[in-house]
This record gives sequence, C-alpha cells and structure tokens, in this order.
Amino acid sequence: MDRDRKAIEGAKDYQRLVQQLAPKPNAARLAARAFLVGGTICFLGQFVFDYFRYRQPTEGEAIAATLASMILLGVVLTALGVYDDVGQLGGMGAAVPITGFANALTSAAMDFRREGFVLGMAAKMFVIAGPVIVFGILAGTLTGLVAWLVGAGP
Amino acid sequence: MPAIAVQRLGEYTVQLRQPPRIVGAFTLMGPREGAGPLGQYFDAIVDDDMWGEVSAEKAERKYLEHAARRALDQAGLAEQDVDYLIAGDLLNQIVSATFSARSLGIPYLGVFAACATSALGLGLAAMLVDGGYARRVLVATASHYQSVERQYRYPIELNIQRKETNQWTATGGAAAVVAPPGEGAGPRITRITFGRVVDWGIKDANDMGAAMAPAACDTLLRHFQDTNTTPGDYDLIITGDLAKVGSKLFRALVERVGVTLGGKHMDGGASMYGTAPWAGAGASGSVCSMAVLLGYVYKEMARGRYRRVLALPTGCLHSPTTWQQGDSCPGISHAIALETD
Repeated sequence: MDRDRKAIEGAKDYQRLVQQLAPKPNAARLAARAFLVGGTICFLGQFVFDYFRYRQPTEGEAIAATLASMILLGVVLTALGVYDDVGQLGGMGAAVPITGFANALTSAAMDFRREGFVLGMAAKMFVIAGPVIVFGILAGTLTGLVAWLVGAGP
Repeated sequence: MPAIAVQRLGEYTVQLRQPPRIVGAFTLMGPREGAGPLGQYFDAIVDDDMWGEVSAEKAERKYLEHAARRALDQAGLAEQDVDYLIAGDLLNQIVSATFSARSLGIPYLGVFAACATSALGLGLAAMLVDGGYARRVLVATASHYQSVERQYRYPIELNIQRKETNQWTATGGAAAVVAPPGEGAGPRITRITFGRVVDWGIKDANDMGAAMAPAACDTLLRHFQDTNTTPGDYDLIITGDLAKVGSKLFRALVERVGVTLGGKHMDGGASMYGTAPWAGAGASGSVCSMAVLLGYVYKEMARGRYRRVLALPTGCLHSPTTWQQGDSCPGISHAIALETD
C-alpha cells in the first residue's frame, strides 16, 4: 500500500522529469530547414508553371500540367527512396506541398503491395493521405455552403 | 504430503536451485547492426535486411528460424534434444515465432513481452529446466525494422520527420539453448525477477524510453531488495533498449532512491548504433536486448571480463490502437542475473 502510494507519487512528477531531460530540438534550425526545403519545392513548382504557361493555351491547363508534374516528381522521388530523406531534412517543408501528398499515397501503396493489389495496395493507399482528402472536401463543401448563404458565390 | 520447497527470495525473485547454463547461442543481424560498435560480437551479419525474401515479415521469420537452428548447432544438439521452444516477436499474433516453430517442430510456448521477450524467454526456460520440467529449452526472438514500422508506425518511404526520442528497430534474430549446468560451458542464470506492468502516463509512443524507464527502475529496485544486493555486487547492469533518453531517465529515477549505478550501467539500445544520426535515441526491437546479451555480454563473460551481470530487458506494451485511442504506453522489465563460475 505504502509502496503503491510512493509509486503513484513518483508518477506525478515523472512528466516533469521527462520534460526536463528531454532532448531540446533546435526550433530555429528546424524552421529554417523547413523553410528552405519547402521553398525550394515551391520555387521548382513556379518554374514548372512558368514553363507550361508558355506552352499551354489556357492558364487552367498550365495549372493542371504543373500539378501533374509536381505529383509525378513526388511519386518518382518516393519510389527512388529519396523523399523520406527530404522529409527528415525539411519536416513540414516536404509534407505540405503537393509532392508530400504524392509521397503519402505512394509510400503507402509501396508498403502494402505485399498484401496484394486489391486488399493491400489499393485499400491501404490512403492510410496516410485519407484525412487530407476527407477534410479537404469537407472544408471545401462547407466554405461553398457559407459562400452561397451569404450570396458571395458566382 | 510434504510441501514443495518454495524457491523464492523476498517478494518477487526466483532463486534457481541448480542454475542452468546458456550452453549455445547465436546472433544473426542485419547490415546496420553489423556496422555498429557491437558488430564484431554478432555471429553472422546479413548484407541486406530483406535477406532475399519478398517481404519483411518473411525475412523476420527467416532470421528467427535460422538463429534458432544455429544456436542448436552451437550447443551440439538437434531439435529432438530440446523439449520446448520459447519464442516471441513484435508482430501481431507473434507470427515470426509461430512460423519458425512450425519448421522446427518443437513444442512451442509463444510469449509476448515486446522488447523484453529475451528476459521473459530466458527466465521461463531457466525455470523449466531447473524445475525438472524440461531437459533443455530453446529460446529465440527476432525483429525487423520494416515489419515493425509497418505495424506500429508509418510506411517506410513516408516523409515523416523522426524525433530525437524515436528509436530504430533492430533487424536480426537471436537464440540460445538453456540446459542443466553439467551440460556445457556458458554463464548460468541464477536468479530471475519478473516485473509487473508499470505505467507512469507517457502517451507519446515516439518516446518509448520514457515509457519503459519506470518499469526498469521498479524491477531493479525489487531485485536489489529481494536479493539484498547493490550495484557493487555486479560487474555490469545492462538494460535492454531504454536508449539514450530512457537511460538518462532510468539513472535519474534510481538515483532518487539512493542507488548509484556509476559506470556499471550499459544500455543495449544506446550501444547498438553508436552515434548514427538516423538511429535517433538508439535501437529497439525484441532482438536488440537478446542480441546484445547473447553477442556482447555472452562473449565478454566467456573472456572473463564480466563475472556477474544483471540484465534488465525492457518492453513497451502499447499497440497502435491503444495509442490512437489515447491510452498511455505501459512498460515492463524482467531481470535475470547471470554468473560465470
């Protein structure tokens, strides 16, 4: 009984001890890395977009071609085993751009290929990216609804 | 009817009457483990994690089975000379252990203690042999970085940024044969203190070291209390895979109650990969503590560097489901005392 009480008391300030002894990540350095990695990817995207704007008849098509190219880039870098290193370096800088979304889909598809194309790859492909799709569509729908209600839509 | 003599010390510890020996051991590890500071102590290194298999799960069971067979070879035994196979791993339904048991054809006792499987297996094996319930017991475990990541965490190629507290699951298999003391050379298992589950509220599954440290402390203190020993009675006190962060917490916790480990403490997880940046806080995996025990400790005891060792493998007993549901990560630690003659 006494021992159990001591154990619980120990547990209470354990969280504080863990915080105290936890390695302190260098927030400034991590932010800088995220900025540089994310910025590089976006800069590359801009370059691709500028190129397509000259080549495609409309801006809409240029946008579509850019997205397709950046997604392809993400897929290829994931398949080559490189994108996880980009993520380790840049954190959110690698996760937020569309290349990160492509990586989420591709990495999951690669991982679960072993369990077959249907129950493995196809079913589990969205295990990481699923929330992006669900909440993205939900957010878009709600925004559209609000816009329509306030008369701000087309 | 005469009462059976109870072989217990204090409240939690088992004292073996005729301490059995580890008469054969084999460690078979992946390339990263081979390249680490303890690489020279492992019996075989495979040059590719997948070892020619199409999936990590198939590779993991290959490591386990192969290590088990080679441990039998080392002891000069065949499958029929051993009465039980005690094995476990980290995968759901401990499939690597089960499928290896299928090939080996030995009566199978599957166990789960996450990364403390080594001590659980060796402790149970020692009790079975000492109690006369088995002539000899084979103990084996394995883990694989990719199969464990898939189950517990994220796809391998996902761009997730690992934190400094994250650990890298060791890839490999390790096995040992436990037999009566008269049957060979090797360290004897003298005392066993099986631990209880200790949960001090760590919800971050990326910080397993913090989740397991209280369990290691709990078991260590109980062992000392029951056996009336102190760190001075051992040449080495080796925890399983608390890794760098967990080891700091463990030492801080035991110092609070007046126990000074000094230079006697070593951690398998912290030592496995040295200062490799991709390893985070260090190694984990059920094979980590087993391989460090059967590779490094076993060989150094044979050389006479350590005579009395207290091994405390630790395990983090959460599942991805419990973690996602907001439960904290319970820890466990089992202690086995090893001694050379």
